This record gives sequence, C-alpha cells and structure tokens, in this order.
Amino acid sequence: MKIKITISLLFFVVLSILLLEACKKTDANTFKPTYLTFTVPNGWPQPAKNIFVTNPLTEEGFQLGRKLFYDGKLSKDGNFACASCHQQFAAFATFDHDFSHGFNNSFTTRNAPATFNLAWMPLLHWDGGINNIEVQPLAPLTAPNEMGETLENVLTKLRNDAAYPELFRKAFGNSDINSQKMLKAIAQFVGSMVSSNSKYDKVQRGETTFTPAEQSGYTFFKTNCESCHKEPLFTDNSFRNNGLAVNSFLNDFGRLAITHLPSDSLKFKVPTLRNVELTFPYMHDGRIYALRSVLDHYSSGIITTQPTLDPLLTNRIAMTTNDKNNMIAFLRTLTDTAFTKNVRFSQP
Amino acid sequence: MRKIIIALLLVLIAVGFTQCEQNNDSPTPLQGNVKITFKNTVKGSPLVLNTGSYTNANGQAYTVSKLKYYISNVYVTNIDKSSAEGESYHLIDEGNAVSKSFSFAANVEQYSHLNFTIGVDSLRNVSGAQAGALDPLNDMFWTWNSGYIMAKLEGNSPASTQVNNKLQYHIGGFSGADNVVKKISFTLPITAQMLNVSPNKTSEIFIDADIDKWFSNNVNFATEAAIMTPGPLSNKIATNYMNMFTVTQVVNN
Repeated sequence: MKIKITISLLFFVVLSILLLEACKKTDANTFKPTYLTFTVPNGWPQPAKNIFVTNPLTEEGFQLGRKLFYDGKLSKDGNFACASCHQQFAAFATFDHDFSHGFNNSFTTRNAPATFNLAWMPLLHWDGGINNIEVQPLAPLTAPNEMGETLENVLTKLRNDAAYPELFRKAFGNSDINSQKMLKAIAQFVGSMVSSNSKYDKVQRGETTFTPAEQSGYTFFKTNCESCHKEPLFTDNSFRNNGLAVNSFLNDFGRLAITHLPSDSLKFKVPTLRNVELTFPYMHDGRIYALRSVLDHYSSGIITTQPTLDPLLTNRIAMTTNDKNNMIAFLRTLTDTAFTKNVRFSQP
Repeated sequence: MRKIIIALLLVLIAVGFTQCEQNNDSPTPLQGNVKITFKNTVKGSPLVLNTGSYTNANGQAYTVSKLKYYISNVYVTNIDKSSAEGESYHLIDEGNAVSKSFSFAANVEQYSHLNFTIGVDSLRNVSGAQAGALDPLNDMFWTWNSGYIMAKLEGNSPASTQVNNKLQYHIGGFSGADNVVKKISFTLPITAQMLNVSPNKTSEIFIDADIDKWFSNNVNFATEAAIMTPGPLSNKIATNYMNMFTVTQVVNN
C-alpha cells in the first residue's frame, strides 16, 4: 500500500510538472530576439502607417528576410531570387534593363522599381495594386514571368532546408515555417531599406553645399518638378499620366487595371527620384534610357492630347539646354552610395 | 485512501490548468457551444463536384469543380444579448468535408438570430500577411491586386465561350463601389426552435447553400463565364450568392 501511494505521489508530481511545462509557450524561455528601432530620418514625415507595428522589427527577422531576399530557392528553377531583379548597386532596381528577366526566358512587362523608403509608400507597384508591403512578394513569387513558383513549393523547400527552420525559430520563436512568417521576415528586411544619405541630404543637414550647377538645378526642380516629386521622398505617392504614348505591344493602361476607373487610365505611380542616376532605364516600361532623354520628354515629348494627362503637364515643362544640364547635376546629388554599399543590405 | 489520491489528482490537474489561465477578475458566464454546419446544394439536392450536372435559369447546363467561400465574424443574438465567435474566419470548401462545419463558445442563453459575414472584412484585406483560413496558401488571395477572393466557383458549361468552356467566378473587392463583403442575418426559430445554448453542451445550426442562386438575375454563361476582378460583375454575383443560404434546422442539446 505504501509503495502504491509513493508511486502515485511520484506520478502526481511528474504530472503536475508536465502540466506546468505545458503552459509555457514553445521556446518562451529561449526566444529572446534582438528588437531593432526603425528610425525616421530627421525632417522626414512619419510613415503613413507603421509597417512594424504588427511585425516587430528584430535583428533575427531582418537577417532571415535578408537571406530569403537573396535566395533563388524562392523561384521555380532556383535562378530568380528577389535580388535578381532588385540589385543593390542599382538601388534595388534592375541595372540597365527596361524589363527584367523571369522564369523560362521570359520578360516582365514593367520596369522593376527601386525598393527603398517603402515604409513611406502606402501602395506598391506601378499601378498601386499592392496595399501592404507584407503581401508584395506574393506577386513576383507566383508570376509565371517572374519567379514562377507556387507558395506551397517555396514553403516545402524552406522546411526541407538545413538552415531555415532554425532561422525561423530565432526570428519568430518556433521553427514552424508558414507563409505569414516568411512574408513578415521579407518585409522586415525590405522595409528597413532607407536611403537618406545622398549629397542632397547632406546639403539639407548643412554638412556640405551644392555646386552652382546643382543649386540652379535644385531651384529649377523646386519650381517645376516638386509638386509631384515631393521632398524629402521625391514622390507624392500619387498616380499620374505623364503623357507617354501607349506601347501597342503591352497596352498597359496602369492604374485602370486596378480601379477600373476611366479617369485612372494611363496613370502610373510617381516614382521617387532618389538614386535616379542608378535606376535607369526610366518610366514604367523602361523606355527611356538617359536622364537627358527623360528631361527631353518633359520639355517636348509629352503627348498633350490624352484626356487623363496630368493637368500640371498640359503645357509641358519649358527647359533650356542649360536648365537640363543643371537638372542632371542636381539629380545626381540624389545618389546615395552609403545606401547602395551598405553591407547590411548586401548578399549575406 | 484511493479517494484521497483521486481527489489529490483532481486538485493537481485543476491547479495545473489554472496556471495557464490569465488572471481575470470578472466571473466568466456559463458557456456552451454553437456548431454550424454548411451543406452546399443545388435546388435542394446535395452538390456533387465534377459529375453533378445542373441547369441555370437561362437553361444553360453547368458543372461545378470547385467551390470555396469565406464565412466570417459569426455571432448569435437575441433582443439584448449577443455571443460572438470573436474575429473568426472560415473557408468553407466543398472539397474538404472538415471545413464545412465549425463551432464556437457562446454564453448560455436563448438566441433569436444568427449573423455572419460572407467574405473577409476590409481591414483584413489591407493588413498584410495573414495565417489560418486567411493564409494566401489557400489560393483565395489576389497577388497582383491585393485582396481576398471572397468566394470562388469554378466549373464548366457548354454555353461558355471561354477556353475549354470554363466557368470561373473569383468574386472579390472590399472598398467603395466594388465592395462585395456581405453581412447577413437569419431569424430563428426555425421549426419552432430558437437556439438554446446550455452549459457545456453543443447546440447545432444547419444551413443549406443553394449554389444555383449564384446565377439568378439572369447570369448568362455565354457572356459572363469568367469574373476575376472586383467590379460590377463581381458585385452582381455576390448580390446573388448572399441569398443562397437557408437555415434548415436548429438542434438544441
């Protein structure tokens, strides 16, 4: 009888310990990520919505996102990482390509946009079709002419990988891999990309001065361009028709495809001008290769008969050759090599 | 002695479990469960995927190969009380029997109304990466125009002029004129039964969804066989399918 009681008591003790252990969330004791603070540069507006409120920014999450961003595993044949179209040396646009390359020798149908300062962008893509940075990767990942993969396959590959389960555990507390965690990790990495250290920024901070040509270009910019390419982000995040001819091969009418509003026909997102020197070619379909040709478009190329042409462009923008030279000098001050060479954003 | 041991065991288990609970000063009201079961039908007969052949009001034959829809934010009410499932999202998938019923805890009460949303509320459409029923893995999320497909029906009709005579209805849109999120409410009793939730028991509500209602108001497979964006056509179908539900039975336990 005594032995029975002892055994029973022992059983209770073990049971109660097990019960108490069961209460603890998985890895509650070992999950201590390093939280990071997202810093808004001085003088910049607060982001429209804080993308890290529901996705707490951690070093581990950031590093997981960084590995995912550079990993070809996310594509069908292993060749197309996010970074294959978003190259750091091109400020995360595709260098020298109007269209980027995708799975099975295909082309994208729009020019890859530079990915930085996205925390201030309420809508992503040239047509604004993406309403949250976290869901953006789903588009290139599943597009047959981009990464060409299914979400299911990507998750399987990550689960079977030697490194990822542990990296997910470090970032999110347990090693289960699901689409939500993957997307949040990528959002932590891409959302952290901030370009705010160009010569222009240094001039604003009083650390250096413009050359006379840059200053003249800046003055011209303030008068003629700033209403759309609003400082300090150099975009107002609006969608506008800047008077380009419709490419009859693509028949891309921009935001119309998203809103179905005739008034949105031929409207595309106003791109930032930061790092514009590096993000050539220009426009939603990369049809213009040189900055001077872009300025030529605004001074003499705009098609003024399109009904949805932006009202600010109905008279085009009068520019002398000298104005263009100065503008180019100014636009080059928006190049931020501290960002394009920041090792935190480079291939791990 | 054995009684003492059993008592001790029970106390330990109770202690063990209460460790998990949050401190809560207000007493929890007595609760039972409400279980809701959906049955997809066509004009009274159970829907049979792929092989079942049906005819719409225009006399056009059709088959259904895939049927999925979101039911969310479910709650039961009476004149002054309500019990909600909380923020709940269920993807009813005809191809997955388990998905067609779910239950939730409700306060012990007699309820006169069942309420739910067909689709996913606008907030969740703009809140980034989601999990569970809202995981984009469920193939109910538009990747190029962020937002949930609220309901999806695919099949075939000889009347369709799309490739391989496809019918493909991916119905979505959550803002402005394109909003197809539908809230509906059912008055109980059905067959003289209000919903009675009793302590620790599960009362059940059975709902039929008549898929043929998707095609009421003269949907023509020759011209409206594929809808894959928000807009007026999505709206037309959603306005149709919101009328497909009938509460057929309430079983109180």
